[in-house]
Amino acid sequence: MSAIQDAPPLAAAAPRVSTARRGVWLVLGLAVALAPLWLLESFHLFQLTMAVIMSLAVLGLNIVTGYNGQISLGHGAFFAIGAYVTAILMAQADWSFYATLPFAAAVCGMVGYAVGLPALRLGGLYLALVTFSLAVAVPQLLKHRALEDWTGGVQGLFLMKPEPPAWLTARVAITPDQFMYLVALVVAALCYLLAWNLIRGRIGRALMATRDHPTAAEAMGMDIAALKTRAFAVSAMITGVAGALSAAAVEFVAPDSFTFLLSISLFVGMVVGGVASILGSVFGGLFVLFVPNIAESISRAAPGVIYGIILIVFLFALPEGVAGLVRRVLARLGGRSH
Amino acid sequence: MDAFLLQLAAGIATGGIYASVALAIVMIYQATHHVNFAQGEMATLSTFIALTFIQAGFPYWVAFGATLAVSFVMGALVERLIMRPVQHAPILTHVGVYIGMLLIIGNLTGWVFGYTTKVFPSPFEGGGPMFGGLLSAHQLGSVGVTLAVLVLVYLFFTKTSLGLAMRAAAYNPRSARLVGIRVDVMLALGWGLAAAIGSVAGMMVAPIVFLDPNMMLGILLYAFAGALLGGIDNPPGAVVGGFLVGVLENLAGAYIVGTELKLSVALVIIIGVLVLKPSGLFGRVVFSRV
Repeated sequence: MSAIQDAPPLAAAAPRVSTARRGVWLVLGLAVALAPLWLLESFHLFQLTMAVIMSLAVLGLNIVTGYNGQISLGHGAFFAIGAYVTAILMAQADWSFYATLPFAAAVCGMVGYAVGLPALRLGGLYLALVTFSLAVAVPQLLKHRALEDWTGGVQGLFLMKPEPPAWLTARVAITPDQFMYLVALVVAALCYLLAWNLIRGRIGRALMATRDHPTAAEAMGMDIAALKTRAFAVSAMITGVAGALSAAAVEFVAPDSFTFLLSISLFVGMVVGGVASILGSVFGGLFVLFVPNIAESISRAAPGVIYGIILIVFLFALPEGVAGLVRRVLARLGGRSH
Repeated sequence: MDAFLLQLAAGIATGGIYASVALAIVMIYQATHHVNFAQGEMATLSTFIALTFIQAGFPYWVAFGATLAVSFVMGALVERLIMRPVQHAPILTHVGVYIGMLLIIGNLTGWVFGYTTKVFPSPFEGGGPMFGGLLSAHQLGSVGVTLAVLVLVYLFFTKTSLGLAMRAAAYNPRSARLVGIRVDVMLALGWGLAAAIGSVAGMMVAPIVFLDPNMMLGILLYAFAGALLGGIDNPPGAVVGGFLVGVLENLAGAYIVGTELKLSVALVIIIGVLVLKPSGLFGRVVFSRV
């Protein structure tokens, strides 16, 4: 297995953590995740909900681009499909939100698999190009007349966020916004757990080996084609679930919410958060949601300039992203304490 | 039949635009083996610069020449300052830098010159419709300019020693360096040339679609499709591909999918070419030894 060991260990051999310490971290993490429920008022809570959703979308992109090395600039398309599947089923067929989630995941998984097939024949830059054109074409496709009966055309579709169930409202006072945050958090946590288990196991190693040494990986008996297409499917599925959540949180979908800029900001979020890093996806989601606002406050006229400069500066100075920085700082602190 | 001819002629005219952007893409590809996503934004910026020259009172062709020079310098500077430091970085980094440039240049253009749509003059006014109203003077003129640029590029790459050196630097940098070619200068030259060709495309398309900061986004995709269709490493192929895409787009828009889905035609062409014939119609089939 030397070929795999030669590859840069991106799932940086985590130091063994004792069960007790793990428990402490878990409780701390839960506290940080749940505190906003009481600390933030409705608008900021909504923003945080969107940040959770975006980090889930970035996680999806990270699986195929970060871990498997297939550059996608079109993940906004899967986000849009997930959002529209949920919106159509809820608005047109009166499904409950929870029932639409697995359906959205399945549809996106299948579309992702289908996109993954031609992607097999394309190396890095070409794939970026094809997915980029997919991202540009999405709003046009959503607006198309043939689909208008389902998608509502340019006007889009309205839907309702899931109501907090009666057994919960009977015990605690919880608003729909707070409940939506909880739902997003739980779904995202499940997807992160899934991704983490996928990446740290045999499949994750195979994904990274395919990225770093395709020839060697194939010589070790890995089915490159199957790995790549399935990576695309899982990635699209996760990003699609994020899209479905966003449709519910925003209570509205329209073609122009899914322009190519969405795909680009997911990509930028991934680079800034940390390529091939689960933790990085969390930072990526926060970046996607909050940095455009900050950029706008620095320069109202040209927020895109700030955004682009941040991206290029990160690529030059900090290619491992925020997650890499955090890891380095922690390593240094750890080194000092010994 | 007349309607069909009209669509065909319109297709050839827009195809000329795609052909010149495709040519710029192929130029970058020849010089660096990369595809620059920010090509369209750079061309738009050049076109705005041209408009500034024209509004300052310069005659059209003087402004045209000045814009070529400015764009050339701009392209070479981008290579020197932005691309050079990440020369040996993974492809993901390059894609990231292209995307960053796309955002920066696109927004900067809008910020400096405003987002309102502007009229851009054409140098080929006054001829009136030609060939029974099939082509306007500007359409004919822009096709002519595209072909002229193609011939110049072809002569440059095949007949001059500088062109040969550039091809060598892209084909095999190490050997090129050993025979005394300054590979890094060639890279900067390649970027400069591509930016200049892109600016020609921008100035030719602006009178048709009107000038605004997002003018090039769709055009860039068609041009990519054209470059791939003709073969990404073949300048004449890219021009033929560009014209073909223009015609296909217009005919498909008129008779098959309707105008709203025209962009998807580019997507279909790109995917179709890459899946069925990745080397394009006229490209070389590349073998890589592992």
